[in-house]
Amino acid sequence: MSSDFEISRVLGEGSLPPSRRRRLRRLGEDASDPAVHEGSEAVPGLPEGSLEPVPPEFEILSVETLAEKVMRMRVRAPLIAQERKPGQFILLQTDVEYGERIPLTIADADPRQGSITLIFQVVGKTTQELASLKVGDALPVLVGPLGTPTHIEKYGRVVAVGGGIGVAPLYPIVEGMKAAGNHLTVIAGARTRELVILESEMRAMADDYIVVTDDGSYGRKALVTQPLKELCEGPEPPDLVIAIGPPIMMKFCAETTRPYGVRTLVSLNTIMVDGTGMCGGCRVNVGGKTRFVCVDGPEFDGHQVDFDNMIARLGAYRDQEKRARDHACRLQALAEKHPHA
Amino acid sequence: MPRYVEDPNKLNARARGLLEELRDKGTLKMKDRLAIPVQRPPVLDPGERSRWQEEVEKPLTPAQAVLESMRCIQCKNPACVKGCPVAIDIPEFLRLTAEGNFSAAIEVIKRTSLLPAICGRVCPQERQCQKDCAVGKSLKDVGLAVAIGKVERFLADWQRNQAQAPVPRIKSPSGRKVAVIGSGPAGLVVAADCRREGHQVTVFEAFHKLGGVLRYGIPEFRLPKEVVDAEIDLLRRMGVEFRTNFVVGRTRKLLDLMDKDGFDAVFIGSGAGLPVFTGMPGEDLVGVFSANEYLTRANMMGAIHPGRTDTPMFVSRRTVVLGGGNVAMDACRMARRLGAEEVVVLYRRSRTEMPARAEEVEHALEEGIEIRFLENALGVLGDESGRVRAVTVQRYALGEPDASGRRRPVPIEGDTYELPADAVLVAIGNNSNPLLTSTTPGLEVNARGNIVVDPETGCTSLERVFAGGDIVLGAATVILAMGEGRRAARSINEMLAREAIEEAADAPRAHAAPTGHWAPGRLRRRRLALGTRRRG
Repeated sequence: MSSDFEISRVLGEGSLPPSRRRRLRRLGEDASDPAVHEGSEAVPGLPEGSLEPVPPEFEILSVETLAEKVMRMRVRAPLIAQERKPGQFILLQTDVEYGERIPLTIADADPRQGSITLIFQVVGKTTQELASLKVGDALPVLVGPLGTPTHIEKYGRVVAVGGGIGVAPLYPIVEGMKAAGNHLTVIAGARTRELVILESEMRAMADDYIVVTDDGSYGRKALVTQPLKELCEGPEPPDLVIAIGPPIMMKFCAETTRPYGVRTLVSLNTIMVDGTGMCGGCRVNVGGKTRFVCVDGPEFDGHQVDFDNMIARLGAYRDQEKRARDHACRLQALAEKHPHA
Repeated sequence: MPRYVEDPNKLNARARGLLEELRDKGTLKMKDRLAIPVQRPPVLDPGERSRWQEEVEKPLTPAQAVLESMRCIQCKNPACVKGCPVAIDIPEFLRLTAEGNFSAAIEVIKRTSLLPAICGRVCPQERQCQKDCAVGKSLKDVGLAVAIGKVERFLADWQRNQAQAPVPRIKSPSGRKVAVIGSGPAGLVVAADCRREGHQVTVFEAFHKLGGVLRYGIPEFRLPKEVVDAEIDLLRRMGVEFRTNFVVGRTRKLLDLMDKDGFDAVFIGSGAGLPVFTGMPGEDLVGVFSANEYLTRANMMGAIHPGRTDTPMFVSRRTVVLGGGNVAMDACRMARRLGAEEVVVLYRRSRTEMPARAEEVEHALEEGIEIRFLENALGVLGDESGRVRAVTVQRYALGEPDASGRRRPVPIEGDTYELPADAVLVAIGNNSNPLLTSTTPGLEVNARGNIVVDPETGCTSLERVFAGGDIVLGAATVILAMGEGRRAARSINEMLAREAIEEAADAPRAHAAPTGHWAPGRLRRRRLALGTRRRG
């Protein structure tokens, strides 16, 4: 066995001037297999026949305020617009490095124009940032369509219950159900008159449209569960109920229909990261089984969902979020105090 | 200046001194080589590092790398090569390193392994190349085998720090398109290998950042993201196209990539991302996370930079981690770094059965993490607000060997206790994610949801669709995924080359004779479309 190492060369290499280092490297290359190392120029651009250049993806095409803190936004997303089906959602971030991923239901889509419509309520930092974007800005991250689409078929009489912002995700489902030939009753609930959204759109589609408000400023002064109960007790009870809204509303809708044995779907909006089933953060207990909202849902049998656990899990980061908000408030106070800082 | 377990300057000086002595000896005998002490790389002080994300282990110094390589006795029939899943010519790269010819040495590795900076860091060497190393055998301790992985990592880092890696030669455009689904280890390798043949390659990634498990899973302190960035940057410079925020199966169906977008072949390397939960009571309480979620929030969503990121991270003081693999080690060490005062790992077998890389286990222990062997969680207990307050733990004893040859852990009846905790991280494995397989009719999967492939070619039940990595193997390692990628890329390249020849031979007749044969017909349609596009 022989060894021909040269200690000086080895030890010196780390401290050599760059020119000598390069020479040494060339020496090394010469000794190596020439096949490994042919050419060293970067390939400029893409090869011939490449995909056509993609127009600025996820550009914001329009923004409008529907109600206090409720915005409607159209975003360029041609592939999502083409593939999406009722009940599906997207995830977005407002910052690619440090943004949070939030799920939003696709409220509408225009495949010809290549756009999707999102409706959201400003509740946290991400939705605040989203609301501050202007036409022509682009979202850095938008992925979808995610989730299992709503199963659309002719059930007969369908009652769609939307609470507050929940009317938005309900819209494409109502559209699909109507097209499938169902008789449709829409119950729209809101805290007060100003927060009733998509009324004309829903009225145009529904056979019956019932609006209720908590304060009685518009429609009936009632909770959505009251007209729902009346319908269940009526001569033509619903064959299917779909309820979308705050978790507590969905829980009570499910409790309302349970005694009548009316099948009730709810669409859950839990905390998510990836939206493809990889993290399990969105898991809920449905009929004693762990299910992932992002891939198994977002729609589940409302009579089987453990709402109390789901509501607790939605509050997992309440402390941290409160701290973040306080921090932001302090920063803002500071900025107002020192406007030129 | 960070504190080290042993001063790097001293380590280097000692290695240089030894090299001087050996030079004076002239030709080295086997005895001399075996007498060289194994070279330990500089390692950050555990007390300090357990609060940082900085990489724990630094590369060997050049003198150390040379010295370590000189420990190799150049076996005629090297066991290390057999132990390497991609059969790197290990004695050859060690010989070149011992000569100080680092650039030649790294090229020997790159002939077979495309990602040495990554594999040098994350391969379980003690179970692969270093397992049956003759040096380790002679010294009767696998821990004294030639530190092949450390030399590999040294060489890769050395090259990265010298200059921008040279772009390998790309053959002239073939006019063929390859889609790669997933930008993890398997996908990156396929992208590189297919691109080199002149094919146009597009990598589709569901996340907004590239690298797959290298990005969201393996933490910075074990695999700095600059290493991953450098590999991806090289692919970009080779002309590989990346599409992030693209979930194949949802954003576009797999078959549409071929039928509508004109891809000639598809490689599926979407990984095993579907966390396994135990199903024990209390698993849905607030504070129970899959390690996937915990690590993704920390690594990819930036929660390791509190105050800067919008993605919240669950703050815990007493964290319990379930599992004994690399993911469990990453999770427990991450929890420590994010402020947990007490971190306890529960593993139901004993230390010898632990699947985690030996070094990660050592590092975890050094960082003050407690590992309780032969113990497992029976359930999670919550407080009145639905948050975790404790874990019920069952103690086990080792029984008869099971199908895997490992002694089966048997619960000791009645031997349970309550372990106070405010967070539980579940790291007991991953199944195959069904998102792609369930939206692709005709794609055959086995009972565990893994895609079934021809072991020779990596070809799936669908024509022109190949698969590899964890989606085929179940949760495995980076190097195995890479090996699978290499194999699939070879098959894809062969298939496309064969078709190019057939097409050239068919060309005059193809325009005349109508044909019902699917594959060439489809190809011709596509060429026509391309031609039209160019004219227009």
